[in-house]
Amino acid sequence: MEAANFWLPFLLGLAVVLPLASFFAILVFGPRMGKAGESAGYLATGAIGFAAVLSFVSLFVFWMPNHPPGAGTEGGHASETHATADRLSVGGQDSSADESHETAAEGDGEHEQSHNGQSHNGHDAGHTVRVPPHYTGEFTVFGFGSPWVLGQFGDLRLSISYYIDSLTVCMFCMVTFIATLIHIYATGYMHDELHDFTDHEVTTADGEHLHRPGRYHRFFQYLSLFCFSMLGLVVAGNIAMVFVFWELVGICSYFLIGFYVERKTASNAANKAFIVNRVGDFGMIIGLMALWTGLGTFSFGDVAYTDKDGHQVTTPGIFSQVRTAENHYKLDTPRGMVLLAARDEVAGLGGIEPDAEQIQAWRTGQDGGTRYGYWLLVVAGIGIFAGCVGKSAQFPLQTWLPDAMEGPTPVSALVHSATMVAAGVYLVARFYPVFAPEALLVIAIVGCITLFMAATIAITATDIKRVLAYSTISQLGYMMMALGVGAWLAGVLHLITHAFFKSLLFMCSGSVIHAVHTNEMTEMGGLRKKLPVTAYTMLVGCLAIAGAGIPFLMGFFGQGLAGLGFSGFYSKDAILEQAFSFMQANGAPFNNPLAALFFAAAAGGAAITAFYMFRLWYMTFAGEPRDAHRYEHAHESPPTMYIPLVVLAVMAVAVAWNPVQGIVGGLVALVGFAIWRYGYYQQPAADPHHEQEDHELQDAAHGQLPANLASLPVMLSGIVLAIAIVSYVAAKTDLYNVATLSELLEDSRPAGTLAGAEGVLLEGWVWPNEHDAHAPGIVFVVSLIAIGTAFAGFAFATMMYGLGKLSPADVRRQFEPIYRFLLNNWWFDELYDWLFVKPVHLISRMTAGFDKNWIDWTIDGIATCTKRFSVFWDWLADRSIVDGSVNLLAAWTYSIGVSLRTVQTGRLRQYIMFIVIGAVSIFILISFFWNPTLAR
Amino acid sequence: MIDFFQPISVSHYLVVGAVLFVTGAVCMATKRNALGVLMGVELVLNGANVNFIAFGSKYLRVESLGLDGQLIALFVIVLAAAEAAVALAIALNFYNNHATIDVDRADELKG
Repeated sequence: MEAANFWLPFLLGLAVVLPLASFFAILVFGPRMGKAGESAGYLATGAIGFAAVLSFVSLFVFWMPNHPPGAGTEGGHASETHATADRLSVGGQDSSADESHETAAEGDGEHEQSHNGQSHNGHDAGHTVRVPPHYTGEFTVFGFGSPWVLGQFGDLRLSISYYIDSLTVCMFCMVTFIATLIHIYATGYMHDELHDFTDHEVTTADGEHLHRPGRYHRFFQYLSLFCFSMLGLVVAGNIAMVFVFWELVGICSYFLIGFYVERKTASNAANKAFIVNRVGDFGMIIGLMALWTGLGTFSFGDVAYTDKDGHQVTTPGIFSQVRTAENHYKLDTPRGMVLLAARDEVAGLGGIEPDAEQIQAWRTGQDGGTRYGYWLLVVAGIGIFAGCVGKSAQFPLQTWLPDAMEGPTPVSALVHSATMVAAGVYLVARFYPVFAPEALLVIAIVGCITLFMAATIAITATDIKRVLAYSTISQLGYMMMALGVGAWLAGVLHLITHAFFKSLLFMCSGSVIHAVHTNEMTEMGGLRKKLPVTAYTMLVGCLAIAGAGIPFLMGFFGQGLAGLGFSGFYSKDAILEQAFSFMQANGAPFNNPLAALFFAAAAGGAAITAFYMFRLWYMTFAGEPRDAHRYEHAHESPPTMYIPLVVLAVMAVAVAWNPVQGIVGGLVALVGFAIWRYGYYQQPAADPHHEQEDHELQDAAHGQLPANLASLPVMLSGIVLAIAIVSYVAAKTDLYNVATLSELLEDSRPAGTLAGAEGVLLEGWVWPNEHDAHAPGIVFVVSLIAIGTAFAGFAFATMMYGLGKLSPADVRRQFEPIYRFLLNNWWFDELYDWLFVKPVHLISRMTAGFDKNWIDWTIDGIATCTKRFSVFWDWLADRSIVDGSVNLLAAWTYSIGVSLRTVQTGRLRQYIMFIVIGAVSIFILISFFWNPTLAR
Repeated sequence: MIDFFQPISVSHYLVVGAVLFVTGAVCMATKRNALGVLMGVELVLNGANVNFIAFGSKYLRVESLGLDGQLIALFVIVLAAAEAAVALAIALNFYNNHATIDVDRADELKG
């Protein structure tokens, strides 16, 4: 435990700093790194790869052994000791002495408090409020020395701090792992940039294509900075630091989206992403101000530090102010916000401090009075969420993300599936304790609109990356909606699983684009034969995002109603379960249509997701080639590109499994692939005609994997099976705390958020306990609905695009207006153009006219007057007075000189006479006026 | 009424110096020969020297200049020697150019 206190911040801090170091190194030495900056790629990959190693070390060596998973979900007695010991003070010292955490049994208004170390056995496990284990403190140089404090203003302490819980560690592993694979992938994908690059999409003034030097090193430079920003955002221990990294992430995405800066579309897209994000950040700043004025701190956790006088001071952080231990971690308007809102009343007390009873009266708004400060809390929550809306491309700020596909594909994979857009969801999850029920409802509504809208748009898009972009928006909508309806774990789990399969899908699409040099799916088709690895890994991605799986299968292995499926299966089902539970708790569908709509949109969205994903797969990889020329030139990508795909495909399948599921799934896959492999061996022999041909061509003709890759699926499923067996044994024998992904994430569920909530301003709204959503009744119904909708979408796509039973063109004609509506992205761009851009242009023109006609006229007039005055003043002062006096003096001197000239006759004897006369005159004068004492 | 038998005092020296000075000044003013003018200069300087010596003598006056007066006289002698050397060089050059040392002919630098 002591070791973790020091090592977790140290390792994660180092993981944050490594990409920054790589960024600076490439910034300074980039162009000189090897041939055209080739080493820059290796450096950046090495930095992020090492960061990934550090992250996994923190997870497996320092987190998992110290925090037994599931301890908090059952009973909570084990976790309390951890939570207490985990509190960190400045510089990694333990300050657990006074930090005992009350747990409370809440039942029928009867509160019991029990302190750390006492027995919890008498308590009902389900009612125990559990504080997630976390480490918080301020970063110091290499773990010792004084903390990095940027400033201290009264109680507000701005420092480079950290807040590490299992969510942070999981995010670190996810981000660094995916980023490493993307870096490796990018070394292959960006090889065009290694030499001079001709951009066929840019035409210069002389009609030629733009020819420019490669920017390989610059690409990796920005990737490194991007990874640094994202990791810093995740590790940040206070919201001000989050905001700084938030903006850094924004600027990095600006650089990367606008990487092909000469393309007008790319630079516009970069601008759009940046500006749209600023709109959200404006809301975030409002939220920050509300938090700071109300709470006086930016820090998530409690901050312990030594002040100037040497006293140990602990200021409560945001979380412990909003959900106080005295209040059993229930959300309540914090004291600071109450006092701020009731400042007139406080002033009216005439200097007497209001006592706790008075504050409680203001807080609860007794006798139908105002609930002081509650709106401030809501505004703070919605303000922070507004930032997340911009960053995570939620309605109404979703328009930037599809355009952001102008960047190179590795960027799309990194920025727009795993990291940047994940930042918004991460912040909502991190800030979860602060969101009032009303803010949660806003989040749910925004997420619901987003998920449905983006899913429908993805149906009609033909640009392969745009389909994925809208799919990303839709999935982010899922996450937001999940968080909004109280499914904290489901939302965060979906964040992680989605990161894996969406980056997989993006990189597959990049591989396709790399092969055929177009984004348009209408020019693809049949590529399965040319790009077997890409095709099948992408199929895995499609299955994962559609949530493919076999429900209830694990019942045979003693796991209740759990199913076996791809990673998306678990997270999406969890979201749907909570949405269903939310609907039930709110008396829907008839009493509360809105609550029912959440579930309906999520279930419908699942069907649409399956539909557009398989539409994409069929259009790209199945059927006949639509463009023979492009098909002929297509080729499988180099190993640097397809190895990350394979790794991610495995993760997309297996990341959410528990050991038993791993054993079953691994076994099924192993057997299946082994049979397939056997068949593969048989096939060429059956067709001797091909034997003369080149092996690879032959494989390609069969639509098979290259020969050297045929054993790969068997090997991979064997590895998964082996890991599953090892972890199963380890878990059974208590050798090691094995945690599944969801158990790990459950470990950091914010204190008090499990209990559910009730609307305060919105009476009658209920947020049910997330664990209640796992009741068999709900799981049974929802699993059937989920798999049914997904299968419906899949079947529909197969009919239309796979088998051609239903002509897409006919459907298009049938629903012409809807098709237009969807094709134009619900006319959001046009709407915003009409709402914001056009008026701004109009106002600009008006102000420009005013500027030209009036302001210029005035300024010209002033200038003319000034000039005239200057001319006059020049004449008067300079020429007449100054010059005049000097000239007069000169004239005098001259005339004196002229007149004295006549004296200089040149006659020596005359001069002597002058001397003599002068001497005598002086002598005489002195004799008259000066008493000659010397001559006495 | 001058008392010829009074002891020799500063005044006597001053008279001799004044005579020398006036003689020299007149010599400078009247001579057209440059060498004559130089001689006049010497006379003027030596007139001044006599005065300094007189003021410097502690036998003649109680509040004398002491050695200061005699030192100044020595300086004047040195300066006169230097001046004579320069002036004679000028005169020689003037003679080389104009075949005369008549100072009235030397008016080329007049204003």
